[in-house]
Amino acid sequence: MIKEPALNGMAYTEQDRRDPLLRPGNSNCGGCGMSNLMQMLRRATGERELKMVVPACCAAVTSGSFPESVFGIPTIMSTFASAASVATGVAAVAQLNAERTRVICLAGDGGTYDIGMGTLSAAAERNEDILYLCYDNEIYGNTGGQRSSATPAGAATTSTPRGKQEIKKDIIGIMAAHRIPYAASISLAHSDDTLRKLQFALDARGFRFLHVLSPCPTGWKSEPAMGIELVRLAVRSGLFPVFEVFDGERYVINVEPEFSNEALMMYLSLQRRFRNTGVTEEILRPSIERYWNYLRLMSGRIVPAKRN
Amino acid sequence: MSVELISANHAAALSAILAARANRTARGFCAGVYPITPSTECMEYLCSQEIEKGNVIRADSEHNAMGICIGASAAGARSFTTTCSNGLAYMVENCVAAAGYRLPIVMSVANRTLGPPWNIWADHGDSLLLRDLGWLQLYSADNQEVFDTVLCAFKLAEDPRVLMPALCCMDGFILSHTMSQVDVPSQEQVDRFLPPVDIPQRLDKTAHTLGQMEAPHASVMHRIQHHQAMLGAEQLYAEIQDSFAEIFGRRPADPLVTYRAEDAETLIVSMGTLGVTAERVVDQLREQGQAVGAVRVRMFRPMPDTGLSKIFAGKQRIAVLDRDVSIGFGGVLWGEVRGFADPATIVQNYMVGVAGGDVRPEHMLNLLVDLQQRRESGAPQIVEVA
Repeated sequence: MIKEPALNGMAYTEQDRRDPLLRPGNSNCGGCGMSNLMQMLRRATGERELKMVVPACCAAVTSGSFPESVFGIPTIMSTFASAASVATGVAAVAQLNAERTRVICLAGDGGTYDIGMGTLSAAAERNEDILYLCYDNEIYGNTGGQRSSATPAGAATTSTPRGKQEIKKDIIGIMAAHRIPYAASISLAHSDDTLRKLQFALDARGFRFLHVLSPCPTGWKSEPAMGIELVRLAVRSGLFPVFEVFDGERYVINVEPEFSNEALMMYLSLQRRFRNTGVTEEILRPSIERYWNYLRLMSGRIVPAKRN
Repeated sequence: MSVELISANHAAALSAILAARANRTARGFCAGVYPITPSTECMEYLCSQEIEKGNVIRADSEHNAMGICIGASAAGARSFTTTCSNGLAYMVENCVAAAGYRLPIVMSVANRTLGPPWNIWADHGDSLLLRDLGWLQLYSADNQEVFDTVLCAFKLAEDPRVLMPALCCMDGFILSHTMSQVDVPSQEQVDRFLPPVDIPQRLDKTAHTLGQMEAPHASVMHRIQHHQAMLGAEQLYAEIQDSFAEIFGRRPADPLVTYRAEDAETLIVSMGTLGVTAERVVDQLREQGQAVGAVRVRMFRPMPDTGLSKIFAGKQRIAVLDRDVSIGFGGVLWGEVRGFADPATIVQNYMVGVAGGDVRPEHMLNLLVDLQQRRESGAPQIVEVA
């Protein structure tokens, strides 16, 4: 296993696919979490054959303009709400032709939590042979940062300038309720865990869903170089639980947080989206605890983690 | 070849199934389908069939039915779906995408009124929503034509010189639910007519991106290519008719179906089953010594402009019957074809049978009485027939 937490997949290793999935010259913002994800996916993919569906999202802009292609694999840009249905067609034809190719969706939170939710639910219900990757920057990034149902409570966006009131939608809970073979959240700050989950999900059959908290310096108003650290703080504070669900039943918590108030305070203070909205650690703590109680119940863990 | 007593929905589905099986030696067949009245029976028939190297996926919406067809076609398979009315309206965004990727998806539409207020009867307003999107559009007037049109649409759409999606339209209920005899060819004949499809832009081994962003210049070039390819489709359709006739022993209908039009002074122009009624009316009036003829516009996209100009040349009066209303303008067909008539010709628009009104010969006879009294073209008229 490769251990290079500081680099988080940015260095090329022997495991990596030769042609990068996200080629140099792409137009992603500096510090974009999706860039990190694509680098980790490159490593996880190795020499597996991939085809990709990208709905309207930042990755649809990243790909650059015709005729160049930034993605190192055959890719189709779908309409906003259609990633999982277009992938259904691609995967069905791959199956008819007994191909080994893996079909992946790379979609943002808007295309997953909001406009693409019906499509996603239908493909999950049919248990299509698709790996669905949601890189979640918690806003509509392309359009300048409006709220989505993935935006956390207390975050200011251009459409909720005084801070969003409602809590973030529980996407893994929704996907697990479909009893799909695999649903997991990924922390880009835990590269071993990320790599293991990506590889498992690439090889598994049926509908697999991966949720990635994707730092967005542009929308979060944070330092580009701090992205991975912000994810680590979100995990440490318990705000972003890292866990996986097999067949919608077996819950496994992968990273035990410290539930550190200090981490939560740092997470909030390092992003200007939380400034001036009045959100504090004390306000967030009850909903974090409520969710972790639920996770403990589902995962069969009785002993809660140590508190500071 | 066998003769079967089937509905037009069934005919469209049967035709699609034969086309699906004809691609078994290549990348197979995959369709996304979703029910809507009056197209439902077509998708039900697809779902009832075993297709070698084929998969019919029961989608959760029309939008995603077309999404699945896009994915299947982008992966190199033959693809087909069916919908109408609000289903088609819901699907429109992905219809734009299918045309933009230049994927040869064929869709059967049992034309139905758009709502609310809800109305399930025939109206061409639904398929005409797709007028400007880069889809081929063919309108049929009987069950045999529906069957033949679907086969020809695959051949036309999949031609490397065309490569774009195609709509096969039939009037909801009037055709979709009417049983009549249809000559159904054998699989072996269809195999000969419809070779395996090869979609050159399909997602294969090479890393390339389909449908990505582009600058205005590239978009204009793509529009020009699409437009030129569409314009060329009319000529290619003639080749397809020849090949069809050679293999199946009958010739599919022309892009423009004329009836006693050559020596006519007055013409009735229409689409779909209105054209069949128009032919009966022409016969009646001819018996009374009136020089009347009819033209049925079967191919709406590409618009057979030269053909229409030739047919319209020298005519005194033309009635354009529209089973649609472009609110705030008039009939869509009238708007499209009136420019092909001589400046001196009186071209009058009658929107008749709109929203499923039952157009009988006496209604058309009344319209022609009105037309014959006119000294110049008037404003489009919506005619109530119910």
